[in-house]
Amino acid sequence: MDKIKIRKGWDIHLKGEATKQTESFEPSLCAVKPTDFIGVLPKMHVAEGDEVKTGSVLFHDKNNEKVVFTSPVSGKVKAIVRGEKRAILRVVIESDGKNDSIDFAAANPLDLSRNKLIDKMLQSGVWPMMRQRPYATIANPDDKPKHIFVSMFDTAPLAPDCGFIIENQYDALIEGINVLSKLTEGNVYINVCKDVPWRVSTDAKNVVITEFSGPHPAGNVGTQINALSPINKGEVVWYCYPRDVVTIGKLFLTGRYDSSRIIATTGSAVHNRHYYQTRIGACLTPVLETEDNSRIISGNVLTGSNITNDGFLGFYDNQITVIPEGNKHKLFGWLRPVFKRFTDTNTNGDTRPYIMTGQFEKVFPFDIYPMQLIKACLIKDIDQMEELGIYEVDAEDFALCEVIDPSKTPIQQIIREGLEFIRKETN
Amino acid sequence: MGLRNYIDKIKPNFEAGGKFAKYHSTFEAFETFLYTPDTVTVNGAHIRDANDMKHSLISVVFALIPCFLFGTWNIGYQHFLSLGADATFWQTIGYGLLRIIPLYLVSYVVGLVIEFTFAEIRKEPVNEGYFVTGFLIPLIMPVDVPLWMLALAVAFAVIIGKEVFGGSGMNVVNPALLARAFLFFSYPSKMTGDNVWIADKADAYSGATPLGTIFNGGSVNDLPSLSDMFIGTISGSIGETSKIAVLIGGIFLIISGIASLRIIVATFIGAISMSLLISDIPFYYHLLMGGFMFGTFFMATDPVTAAQTNIGKWIYGFLIGAIAILIRVANPGYPEGMMLAILLLNVFAPLIDWCVVACNIRKRKKRWAAAERSDK
Repeated sequence: MDKIKIRKGWDIHLKGEATKQTESFEPSLCAVKPTDFIGVLPKMHVAEGDEVKTGSVLFHDKNNEKVVFTSPVSGKVKAIVRGEKRAILRVVIESDGKNDSIDFAAANPLDLSRNKLIDKMLQSGVWPMMRQRPYATIANPDDKPKHIFVSMFDTAPLAPDCGFIIENQYDALIEGINVLSKLTEGNVYINVCKDVPWRVSTDAKNVVITEFSGPHPAGNVGTQINALSPINKGEVVWYCYPRDVVTIGKLFLTGRYDSSRIIATTGSAVHNRHYYQTRIGACLTPVLETEDNSRIISGNVLTGSNITNDGFLGFYDNQITVIPEGNKHKLFGWLRPVFKRFTDTNTNGDTRPYIMTGQFEKVFPFDIYPMQLIKACLIKDIDQMEELGIYEVDAEDFALCEVIDPSKTPIQQIIREGLEFIRKETN
Repeated sequence: MGLRNYIDKIKPNFEAGGKFAKYHSTFEAFETFLYTPDTVTVNGAHIRDANDMKHSLISVVFALIPCFLFGTWNIGYQHFLSLGADATFWQTIGYGLLRIIPLYLVSYVVGLVIEFTFAEIRKEPVNEGYFVTGFLIPLIMPVDVPLWMLALAVAFAVIIGKEVFGGSGMNVVNPALLARAFLFFSYPSKMTGDNVWIADKADAYSGATPLGTIFNGGSVNDLPSLSDMFIGTISGSIGETSKIAVLIGGIFLIISGIASLRIIVATFIGAISMSLLISDIPFYYHLLMGGFMFGTFFMATDPVTAAQTNIGKWIYGFLIGAIAILIRVANPGYPEGMMLAILLLNVFAPLIDWCVVACNIRKRKKRWAAAERSDK
């Protein structure tokens, strides 16, 4: 087993870690949010009031009809919520509590052909769990990825303990890894850390295990891809979260789409901080005991999305963070000493031109010049973006840069827009 | 809070459509001076570091305070020394303040009026950059500089050096040094020689700076003692004479992460190597004479005009140190080289960065080519 040490980065310590106790919460409402998926244009298969089973198709992606999104629970379509320009924000399902699920037939992935395997994943709606770099879009089933990467640990602030979450699910995890091993002719890289060691074996030949250490973003799959096999122009790699590998594994073990997911509730502004066994897309508002004027984030504070208004867990998330809103003025705030301490969502300053230099480099463990790449994205110069390494990164890799940026610019958004610009220009 | 309520009450007048909408930037500058804004993160990272541009730049002003205080005292000290008069500590400070406050008034009034005007025209927030530039400019002037000249230099530096490029963060050369260079070439008699460094000095008293002494053929024996040069009880530009004050501020800047240690170390290496190579006097004299230390810690490290890549910073710093000493030793025109070396490298910094980034790009393209070959 190779060991790789990430030297640059920063572990942000916030108050409000989850205690290692799991409670069960069966949600009465679940939602699938097209906005969780980059570049997906939903085409609805159901209307409000329709009955659905677990695994029934709710909508597909107009850009790739094979990619369908299925219901995480059985019940009734309660609402199709639309936003600006009638874009679909979420499809809300009211659970009947029975979890009546469609049988997609159990099978041993190592016996199936690659196409059969992909078909099963597509039909059941677990396919969107496979994502690709560059662009962080859902993997295109027609692509042949160079490698597949799974990061078995999360170094983001207050991140759930991955080892604790998959503790009793190693059978499904191995089954899922066997599935991945059939999807690529390259390697399946399983990246572990000391806290989440690798203690099982698999029959698959092309599984490579690497131990990573170091500060955040050592647990980001982007950092690991860069250390193991940086993406060249024209290449595609796939990646997947371990909890999703478990779901994929269960599909092949049981034949059913099992939407159960263990999540952690974290952050200083929520009182019940522990782990919940719940479902993908669950509406968590009924269980969260939050303080007034706080922000509910699906995911971590670096990359998560604000769900204060609806309370539905994101498709890829297994963490809820609640922190106080920072919508307060501070008298002579600029004279207060700077401590590396985070309490709320205040930007702590206004947007300014870039003046300071050399700060991003301290938290950015890539062989890339971050400031130069950000500027190339701002001016939408595709040649420069490519040359400076845009294919090797995703918005989340710049999260720490955004946190420390004294110019308070929306760096993740800038990178995302740069990536989307290339994706639309070149496809 | 009463003040907060009052600000919130008058704020609509300065918003679009309000009575004073054209003073929006000015209002905002004062509002954010009093209170940090209540804006919250929208998307991306939900938390942000407490450090912002105001904090970063105010740190530089804090770091300059030792130089300012010593410079104020030294104005008085040199003045009374040249007259051969005794003065108490407070008389010395008082005289210094009398001389330095007008310089600061001119620097800030002229500079800020231009800054605010440009911000209003551009409908952008007022940038904090001038608070640093305005604090630096008097410190690098001879105390006897006429106020009208200072005003002209400030206007030139802010308009031509900064605003025409788009304001703070966009400028090519350091505006404070540009102000000095402007006077240096426009009015050389007021900027060099033996008579400009001491306020109203007695005619008979030699006001030569250590650099001037060496330049005019003196040897190290004609110089003030090393300890005087280190403590700063010598003549020179207002803020640069005390190396102790410079070091206190410089170390503060390094600890607070504003000044790049790479640039500082590289500049020292460059200067020491060059003086060992071509200079007749020991290298440590070069480090203590003139504006070398002040320039290294406060001017060369200006993040906007320095090289931005880490490797680039080493090259940039080394060349500043080396060229500063080269100018001091080899050029027949003027004694000091630090200002010109920094300005020169300010201009070359983008080129240095371009080369460093080009190496990174070449490495990436080689990897692409290798991957393509192995595919075939």
